[in-house]
Amino acid sequence: MAEVSTTALPGIGIRYEFVAHDGHRIGVVHHRSGVRELVRYEGDDPDTSYDLLRLGPEDSRTLAELLGASQVSRDLAELERDVEGLAIDRLPLPADGPFHGGTIGDTGARTRTGVSIVAVLRGDAAHPAPGPEFGLLGGDTLVVVGTPRGIEKLAILLRSG
Amino acid sequence: MHDATFLLELGGVILLLAILARAASRFGFSPIPLYLLGGLAFGQGGVVPLVTANRFIEAGAEIGLILLLFTLGLEYSASELVDAMRSNAVVGGIDLALNALPGLAAGLLLGWGLVPAIFLAGVTYISSSGVIARMLDELGWMGNRETPFVLAVLVIEDLVMAGFLPLASVLLVGGTFVRVLLSIGVAALVVIVVLTIAARYGPAISRAVFSRSDEALLFGILAVLLLTAGVTEAFNVSAAVGAFLAGIAFSGPAADRARSLLVPLRSVFAGTFFLFFGFEVDPGTIPGALPAALVLAAAGVATKVVTGWAVARRGGIGPRGRARAAAALIARGEFSIVIAGIAVAEGAEPEIGPLAAVYVLLLAICGPLAARFVDRRAATSTPA
Repeated sequence: MAEVSTTALPGIGIRYEFVAHDGHRIGVVHHRSGVRELVRYEGDDPDTSYDLLRLGPEDSRTLAELLGASQVSRDLAELERDVEGLAIDRLPLPADGPFHGGTIGDTGARTRTGVSIVAVLRGDAAHPAPGPEFGLLGGDTLVVVGTPRGIEKLAILLRSG
Repeated sequence: MHDATFLLELGGVILLLAILARAASRFGFSPIPLYLLGGLAFGQGGVVPLVTANRFIEAGAEIGLILLLFTLGLEYSASELVDAMRSNAVVGGIDLALNALPGLAAGLLLGWGLVPAIFLAGVTYISSSGVIARMLDELGWMGNRETPFVLAVLVIEDLVMAGFLPLASVLLVGGTFVRVLLSIGVAALVVIVVLTIAARYGPAISRAVFSRSDEALLFGILAVLLLTAGVTEAFNVSAAVGAFLAGIAFSGPAADRARSLLVPLRSVFAGTFFLFFGFEVDPGTIPGALPAALVLAAAGVATKVVTGWAVARRGGIGPRGRARAAAALIARGEFSIVIAGIAVAEGAEPEIGPLAAVYVLLLAICGPLAARFVDRRAATSTPA
């Protein structure tokens, strides 16, 4: 993924920007109202944005879905914003770690760190709400919810048991 | 019969607002200058002065002022304000020095005395975040690189106003030096306390007030708003500032819903507020205020252009972006009227009313015109 730079637009929302594979610079303006603007920078004035699309809240969900985004992580991001002190993160499961081939129950994540594993991302597929019997493989990405401290502890746990 | 007259007058006023708002949206302009004109035409000494509905409109105007500031506060969170203040203090300083001094100087040259001159400084200083935010959106400038700098200037101005209004209100009350100093201390303390509560307990307050029922949420918000405004007013800190601080306290889903619930209400009462300001200005005083207003408006364009250019340049923006930032900041509007309105209501200086009205009329129209001009020039010279 290209590096995304973020700029706050106080009172309006946030603007994201990245350089696309062909060298074009693309920006997305998140309005607080839920409107999203997709813009492009080009030409002899580097500061001017050209509007490509203006999307309503529902439109951008649909488009994101069509472009292949995972709905899970975006919904989680909204949750994170609404609940104070709640952190959501993605943790990689190391291939040489103790839980390669184990199950979620084996990690003891919930009892030892208070963190819940709410989804497992493997390749292009997302497995939401996995049970304790769910088998883990090295290279999986775990989507976890908990306190920032708990998530830190879990990250260490996944590496070294 | 009394009731019929009242309803007819009120209906007439609302009809006037409807026509003006329609005309404004037709031409894609802020309705504020039109409301002011409407107020001038139908207020004291105007074509058809109102009699019975005046009281009601006066109360409506006060609510309009509070809602105006509250919805402004809703746009920002406490952390955004602190961030903006930290990272753009220099920008804010340039803006304040360039744009407040002409007003101050003009007030003193007109022989108004220091306190009214300070109010005039506020009038010339503050850009209209309402007019400008809408303009940026309509022109498709939100994605532009210079826009964060323009918005940063607006945030700082709004924050400066939260400090300015209580200070100015205290100065208006006057008294001995020690008393003024004491009142300033109290005012500062109240603002700091309310701001701290907003920053620390904002999320908790938002959660407590939030409800799935629109009605419950609306009343909850209005209660917090009016009580905060009342408390600050009781400490002589201007209800407008209390409303602004209350707005900052709300964040997250409560703020989002509050915006959608309150914006229609705000439109009604804020329209009344601008109209009422126009009512209070005797059209006979306009010609006398015209020369000073024209000079100030010319100066106001120049100083904001310099500000915008300098601010964008500091941010590493190219010449065209600088030109856009310069044009974007010109518009003055609601807050210049708010400041002048407080000065008039407290009887500081009657002449500030017509002067501010003409000043805002000119700049609320010139600003967006200048921005469109810059935009069109850029569009013709760049193959899009």
